Amino acid sequence: MAGLLLRGIKKSYGTVKVLHGIDLDIKSGEFIVFVGPSGCGKSTLLRLIAGLEDITGGTLQIDGQVVNQLAPSKRGIAMVFQSYALYPHMTVYDNMAFGMKLAKGHDASEIDKRVRGAADILQITPYLDRLPKQLSGGQRQRVAIGRAIVRDPKVFLFDEPLSNLDAALRVQTRIEINKLHERMAGVTMIYVTHDQVEAMTLADRIVVLNAGRVEQVGAPMELYHRPDNLFVARFLGSPSMNTIPCTIVSGSPDASVQPDGCNKIAVAAVIPASAAGKRGTFGVRPEDLVLTEGSDAIFHGTIDIVEQLGEVTLIYVDVGTSEPIVAKIENEAVVAKGQKVSLTTEKRHLHVFDENGVAFPRS
Amino acid sequence: MLWHATKRTGFYLLVIGIVFISIFPFYYAIITSFKSGTALFEINYWPTSFSLANYTQVLTTGSFPRNLANSLLIASVVVAISLLLAVTASFALSRVRFGGRSLLLFTILAVSMFPQIAVLSGLFELVRFFGIFNTPFALIFSYMIFTLPFTVWILTTFMRDLPIEIEEAAIVDGASPWVIITKVFLPLMWPALVTTGLLAFIAAWNEFLFALTFTSSNNTRTVPVAIALLSGNTQYEIPWGNIMAASVIVTVPLVVLVLIFQRKIISGLTAGGVKG
Repeated sequence: MAGLLLRGIKKSYGTVKVLHGIDLDIKSGEFIVFVGPSGCGKSTLLRLIAGLEDITGGTLQIDGQVVNQLAPSKRGIAMVFQSYALYPHMTVYDNMAFGMKLAKGHDASEIDKRVRGAADILQITPYLDRLPKQLSGGQRQRVAIGRAIVRDPKVFLFDEPLSNLDAALRVQTRIEINKLHERMAGVTMIYVTHDQVEAMTLADRIVVLNAGRVEQVGAPMELYHRPDNLFVARFLGSPSMNTIPCTIVSGSPDASVQPDGCNKIAVAAVIPASAAGKRGTFGVRPEDLVLTEGSDAIFHGTIDIVEQLGEVTLIYVDVGTSEPIVAKIENEAVVAKGQKVSLTTEKRHLHVFDENGVAFPRS
Repeated sequence: MLWHATKRTGFYLLVIGIVFISIFPFYYAIITSFKSGTALFEINYWPTSFSLANYTQVLTTGSFPRNLANSLLIASVVVAISLLLAVTASFALSRVRFGGRSLLLFTILAVSMFPQIAVLSGLFELVRFFGIFNTPFALIFSYMIFTLPFTVWILTTFMRDLPIEIEEAAIVDGASPWVIITKVFLPLMWPALVTTGLLAFIAAWNEFLFALTFTSSNNTRTVPVAIALLSGNTQYEIPWGNIMAASVIVTVPLVVLVLIFQRKIISGLTAGGVKG
């Protein structure tokens, strides 16, 4: 139905530049998640798409039509706000019907059908006569989603919709949004969050933003396994990737690096021979590290801190680098503070980044 | 224990003192209004006689009922126009970004800093220029000078505190600014509207100086001026009984208004729309 095309989208408030030229192709029916740290411009980008802020530069197309100057209500979008933004003095029914009543040209029975249809999907039919203040947080957020559904949008925009809910409700609502996406095939969804779990579980493709620029766009697992750069590598995954400054010892095919304070490590990354001798960054994810007794160990050290999380245990190992190495190991492993351990992983799990933080491709 | 009791006693003594000082003048006006003849000139703190003569006299002789109607009309129109202008102005001042916004806001506030007497002669020229001297329009026009600054300020502050997301949700729903004001904001602003409306009404109702200056005949005067100009049979007689009866009568509408609207002043009307 409706794809989006962003070309060189810029936004500045006075002299403060917030977005520095965003290019993005969003296919019709895709679930796109904007993710990034606070202040990276992800919400601003969403508000530009919604039309709540003016675009400073570049063009925005929805469904092949340039919409830069179009009012939000004419863009075929609907938005779900973080704070729900329900009209406090209207019942749930009126909240959901408000947009259609304003649009004119819909008779009462049509509005009624659409509102009840949306209420049915979200299981809020029993609350249609209540006021927002008589609902719980989760119910309010569902009303907000229902209000968006009633608008029958081409593009669904979510601005951190789950961040005001408690942990259990967040999981439940996340699953509901996922179902909604399946049910409304063809409707493009754009979702802003700072929560990487939401990003990983909901997205067809994730857009990682940092300081007003797109760092990488790709499917969740692609971003996780093949981050383009240090920022994406560290942003996705919890706890974040262990990164150690290193010297590149030799290029492919026998590429190896020497992390500061550690022994030389052979890596699978494709590193040009010309990079040998230069500085870079070596990275390995905590969940890829395992305890070992054998000679394949890449780190040896003393356990500083042990964190039992139930299903896994995090250990912080002092291996001589400036920061301890974090490893996520199975809970059965018996470890204690002060214990000497060795850690290893397979070669394919090792990441190497050049001096600018750009990843070397992995074979 | 003793200290505790002392503190409690002290507190209630203070409360009684404050209440006494606040309502004694009005109480004295009421009991005086029920006296007649020479009883008026005796100092009594308790009702000694009961007579409605002063009331019937004030309502049947002279133009007092007409003055009452004038006051009612003028104060109501002032409230209506002030609220209409203030609501639309405060929407712009709180929600539309434009250059010189805070300067404008302070200019509006500055208008109310001038004492009435300072603007009186200039205003008189304006009133003459528009040809509305000795008509209700002169008073409606001049009362805006002191009602608009505070209605605009209070409503601007109130509107600024309304969650911006609600407005944005309405924009996405396709609401024009006018629809946002009337369908979304006004229902949320009842408490502020009632409060500012009441204050504006009271200010217009009690105003004296402009009313004295811009009217010249008994039929166009408002109540405060009419009361001040009530005269007795001779110029040496001040009709205290009539004055007190008239004063009690003009207070009644204000009390009634406050009683009606106090139920409408419901705090926390925005609860539930957004989080928190």
